[in-house]
Amino acid sequence: MAKTIDQHFDNLRGSRVWRSIFRSGTGSSTLKRALAVQQNVFLHLFSTKVRTRMLSFSATWYLGTLTLGTFLILVATGIPLMFYYHPSAPQAYADTKDLQFVVSSGLFLRNLHRWSAHVMVFLVFAHMFKVFYRGAYRAPREFNWVIGVILLLVTLLLSYTGYLLPWDQLAYWAITVGSNIASAVPVMGGKIHFLLLGGNAVNANALLRFYVLHCMILPLAAMFFVAIHFWRIRKDGGLYSHGSEPATVRANAFGGGEVKVPTLSPQNPQGQGWGTHGDAKEGQ
Amino acid sequence: MADEIKKSDDVSRRQFFAKLGLGSLGIAAAGTAAFAYQYLEPNVLFEPSPVVNAGKPDRYPLGSVTIDVNSGIYIIHSDEGYFSLSAVCTHLGCMTTWKPELNIIACPCHGSKFEQSGKKIEGPAPKPLPWKRIWLNDDGDLLVDRSTDVPPLARDSFVRV
Repeated sequence: MAKTIDQHFDNLRGSRVWRSIFRSGTGSSTLKRALAVQQNVFLHLFSTKVRTRMLSFSATWYLGTLTLGTFLILVATGIPLMFYYHPSAPQAYADTKDLQFVVSSGLFLRNLHRWSAHVMVFLVFAHMFKVFYRGAYRAPREFNWVIGVILLLVTLLLSYTGYLLPWDQLAYWAITVGSNIASAVPVMGGKIHFLLLGGNAVNANALLRFYVLHCMILPLAAMFFVAIHFWRIRKDGGLYSHGSEPATVRANAFGGGEVKVPTLSPQNPQGQGWGTHGDAKEGQ
Repeated sequence: MADEIKKSDDVSRRQFFAKLGLGSLGIAAAGTAAFAYQYLEPNVLFEPSPVVNAGKPDRYPLGSVTIDVNSGIYIIHSDEGYFSLSAVCTHLGCMTTWKPELNIIACPCHGSKFEQSGKKIEGPAPKPLPWKRIWLNDDGDLLVDRSTDVPPLARDSFVRV
């Protein structure tokens, strides 16, 4: 008798190797499903339980998740581009043209990287506006707004440093103008300009510095702050609308009708009742 | 024995070592920052020389304004003599261009306009285009030092042949 595919999966999940990797065990009980999230390194940043209404499109328009999606696309397309691109003044422009006209799928990867970068900047701003108008920046979540501002700056710097790498006229003059803006900083502006470019003008040193910033330092910084950003969402009580948000927003988020959500207050200093583990009751 | 009297400013052994450790880390961090700053500042630059050879003066007819885009300077032959002007806009570093039909120097990036003497007519540029030191070498070539500004319209800022 041939086994069904489901039976093969069940055997696999019952095997010793599988159970040594995923130690939460199998089963569809609430506990098992919560453990599957909590004991997974990639998922443990998130709540073990989430209310379906907070995953509805109207709550967030998925702008934060979409921003992460574009970031992942940028990492996935950026790394293959690095295999063909030499960050040196004589080769950078020719390599960019090679990627477009010679390398198989090079045009696709480069354009996907470029479009995703544009879309990511747009989504970061859209996400910021959504959070602002929803009032989600208010206490107790104000620190995550600060992390978000850092991520906005990292995104813009990634965009700016990536702009130089094609090493064409547009790149050269954009970075000339941009780095001269940096030299407008009082007192230390000239020093910042010199350190940023590794010289007095946009030159081979500047190209290499921008390459290292673009491919190494800024992506690592972005990942670091994205991890904090996500972790804070959970620690601040998930994407639930809080009492500190405008009443109209809360009414919309809950599909009409006022719902009281516990907030931090002298009477409730621990913010009990936010229900990060799904133990909060509606209308509490 | 356990009730030994301590002075109020006494530190315990644990506090002492904690402070020693944090202090050492602080010193090490400051040293690392200093080394990092020095490392990131290049000591030798492979940039073009600031002194540019602009060739023989008779290349530039009387009344002409000639740009050298590679070195970013104008050689201008006026009635008072030859002088050199930086072609780099004082706003954000774009390369300006000479508009003979309007008799002005204009920047394509943000619309600054300058007179032939470098004086600003309009636009966001905060300063006039600086004059650069110009002189004749022994071969009779015009040399311009891009790293040295000279006062505009001053007698010594011109070369007369």
